[in-house]
Amino acid sequence: MKALRHEAEALSKTGVTIREADPGDAVAGVPPRWVALPESTAEVAALMRVSAEYDLAVVPVGGGTKLHWGGPPERCDLLIDTCCLNEVLEHATGDLIVRTQTGVTMDTLAETLAGGGQELSLDVPLDGATIGGTIATAAAGPRRFRYGTPRDLLIGITVVLADGTVARSGGKVVKNVAGYDLGKLFSGSYGTLGVITEATFRLHPVPADRRWITVELPATEHREDGAGEMVTSRRQSFPGGLESLVAGLAASQAEPSAVELDWPDARGGAAVTVLVEGTAARGRALAVRTLMGEHGTAGIADAPPGWWATPPGEDVLLELRIPPAHAHVALRAIAARGLPARVRGSIASAVLTVALPADVGEVAFAEFVSGLREDLGPLGGRLTVLAAPPELTHLLDRWGPASALPLMRRVKERFDPGRRLSPGRFVGGI
Amino acid sequence: MTLQEPARRFGELLGHGAVITDPVRLRTYECDGLTHHRVTPGIVVLPETAEQIASVVRACNEYGLPFVARGAGTGLSGGALPRSDGVLIVTSKMRRILSVDLANRRAVVEPGVTNLAITEAVRHLGYYYAPDPSSQQVCTIGGNVAENSGGAHCLKYGFTANHVLALEIVTPDGDLVELSDDDPGYDLLGAFIGSEGTLGIVTKVTVRLMRAPETVTTLLAAFKDIEQGGQAVSAVIGGGIVPAAIEMMDALAIEAAEAAVACAYPEGAGAVLIVELDGPAEEVAHQFGEVTRICEESGAFELRVADDPAERAAIWRGRKSAFAAVGRISPAYIVQDGVVPRTALPEVLASIDRLSRDHGIRVANVFHAGDGNLHPLVLFDDAEPGAGERAEIVSGKILDLCIEHGGSITGEHGVGVDKSRYMPRMFSAEDLDTMQLVRCAFDPRGLSNPGKVFPTPRLCGEVPGVRKGVHPLVESGQAEHF
Repeated sequence: MKALRHEAEALSKTGVTIREADPGDAVAGVPPRWVALPESTAEVAALMRVSAEYDLAVVPVGGGTKLHWGGPPERCDLLIDTCCLNEVLEHATGDLIVRTQTGVTMDTLAETLAGGGQELSLDVPLDGATIGGTIATAAAGPRRFRYGTPRDLLIGITVVLADGTVARSGGKVVKNVAGYDLGKLFSGSYGTLGVITEATFRLHPVPADRRWITVELPATEHREDGAGEMVTSRRQSFPGGLESLVAGLAASQAEPSAVELDWPDARGGAAVTVLVEGTAARGRALAVRTLMGEHGTAGIADAPPGWWATPPGEDVLLELRIPPAHAHVALRAIAARGLPARVRGSIASAVLTVALPADVGEVAFAEFVSGLREDLGPLGGRLTVLAAPPELTHLLDRWGPASALPLMRRVKERFDPGRRLSPGRFVGGI
Repeated sequence: MTLQEPARRFGELLGHGAVITDPVRLRTYECDGLTHHRVTPGIVVLPETAEQIASVVRACNEYGLPFVARGAGTGLSGGALPRSDGVLIVTSKMRRILSVDLANRRAVVEPGVTNLAITEAVRHLGYYYAPDPSSQQVCTIGGNVAENSGGAHCLKYGFTANHVLALEIVTPDGDLVELSDDDPGYDLLGAFIGSEGTLGIVTKVTVRLMRAPETVTTLLAAFKDIEQGGQAVSAVIGGGIVPAAIEMMDALAIEAAEAAVACAYPEGAGAVLIVELDGPAEEVAHQFGEVTRICEESGAFELRVADDPAERAAIWRGRKSAFAAVGRISPAYIVQDGVVPRTALPEVLASIDRLSRDHGIRVANVFHAGDGNLHPLVLFDDAEPGAGERAEIVSGKILDLCIEHGGSITGEHGVGVDKSRYMPRMFSAEDLDTMQLVRCAFDPRGLSNPGKVFPTPRLCGEVPGVRKGVHPLVESGQAEHF
């Protein structure tokens, strides 16, 4: 207890607001001891220096919308809550860039940028998400098809390392190849390399107009005609025409910004919605509707469907990536597993989110994950568990195989030799 | 140690015809596109497979030999400058396009394939590879990956890092490893691209193929001076238009281009602006109207429009030949590659003009106006005593200007050996130490392209922080501080 008191005193001497943690602060089920609320990069550095001195394990958190994603930390002493790093530092409209602290929420940033007729072209799947959390989890929504993910739009970053070192890479200009791109390394690193305190992004002008074109694809009975495993006695359904529709859209010159699938029930039909943006969006929407009209009744709207840019579930979420031409194989494989899966995501990029009910059961869940990995691995498919309560994941590896894992471990060892940053949260137990 | 034993070993691994030790032939490889840095390599090897590269790198580890990878040698920062005590691994024999997969909009190629060859392989199918450095006819994709190359069209379409889906690399230890966009874990793919050969050697590249746009329209606008041109650029971007490319040349650059390729740009132009719009026809038509209006309102006295490939090539001819062209009006020159925020362009160009007059050194400006990437060509006569030094001073001060305005010392050419001494002006010691953590994770022995990018070598066992005393590598004469 004496040691604990010293740690608490040392933390409070940083001048940063510290409070005792409560059960609501748990990280994937693991409760921290303290929560710190720093207001600047310097304060985060001070916290990290104390943490290094007392060997405290640290987990950074933003809005907490994805705090249950990733593995539970092996240990967790200090939660660094970035809610007070909440200032948009510089919006240079003429340069199409913004520099911001990372506790700013994506919504607040969007409001600030809208004032200058600009936007960060990333869709946020969850309300209340912060810039830092979005970068740390590499979260992106429908427009990833056109604009990419956080790593593609991030041009500069400030981070605090495990020992309190403050480091910057990149800068305020879009075109810059000086030094290593640490922004990319930190994108999707799940808080295991450092605390991201500031970020600079390239922006885009808000398009003059937007149109969403939706076609409903009814379920059709489907049987594989080969002698493969897919032939079962179970009646299988599949959204009719999906494969040729998506191929046609991806190859069209209408330059869609997003091609999204919503498949709420793996035994039923699906909706495909295309977003076109720009001054000529109306005319392009008509062209897209013609293309989609071959597959069903397609309608044009000036607002997105209700499910747009939201995850298909909350507690049990998987991410499936596969070369786009095999997306339909992946969907069939999901249907064949016979669980009530809901699928949503970028069908043309073939990055899909799969939700399962929370009561799916440990064995069924493990079989679903390992079965899909076996089915889709040979086609280049990757399945990761974004979120699932620990009781579901005892029997499996959340992340699946990563070919460069030894190199990743070496990167982690260099950045965090004491394993104090979100230990165990990431691939391979990093 | 002499290099005889390693050379014999490489001969066993690759076949003796693939190893060069003859001093005359070695001199072919003594520099890349930046010819004022020259070092004759110790040994040159010409592997044909990834496994051969891995075996050479493993042998280099055994002997403790530094190694440098080189593609076509078109780099402009000395990034592929060889080591006299090491091995130059040349990928020019590895130039097969291994697969084209249109259904998944990707191609897999070997590192020695030229940038343009990828587009040429798929153009007839209606696809292309977007990043297009000016040297795209000869530069290799392996070099593009090393430098994170851009080109005129990266304003809209992004850089190499945005178009590479996976890499096979040989790590500095000699392991063959796949880095993929789809794999879970750290974005080592993103960290590797643009690392200038210091994190390993690329042996296979999976690139994204893009659908060719429905329409491409290219405009050339002539202005009486560069201020008017700059005003037009700001108005275009401010108007919410992101052209595929937006390039500017000043009077001296135009003069050079005319002398070299007779591009017949409008007479009396103090600046020309090239704006390329592409995309769905209706969208391009609308943007074309806007850009035309903006150019006219900004004072353009002549506008030319190209809708077909031949006309378009005519407009681009002057711009694309500009670097080589200044050789016609100056015996020697330095190409700079600094970047400034777009809004700082007028102020920085005025300062460059002042620097030019103060030092009696002519500077021709050719630049990617849309993203603030300057390519000032600093002209001098190398026969005139002191002129080279004055040109170096002007060149360095231009980089200082870029840093002062929140920009970068390099937008696309890389740091290489040429600009490593400027890195501490842009980054703090802590920033550079942090980058070294990545280097040490990949290359703990510092054998992969040593002496590039970073000004001061660091031993991977060293604890970062305040340095005391003389660095061991400096003391042993293997390195120097700048």
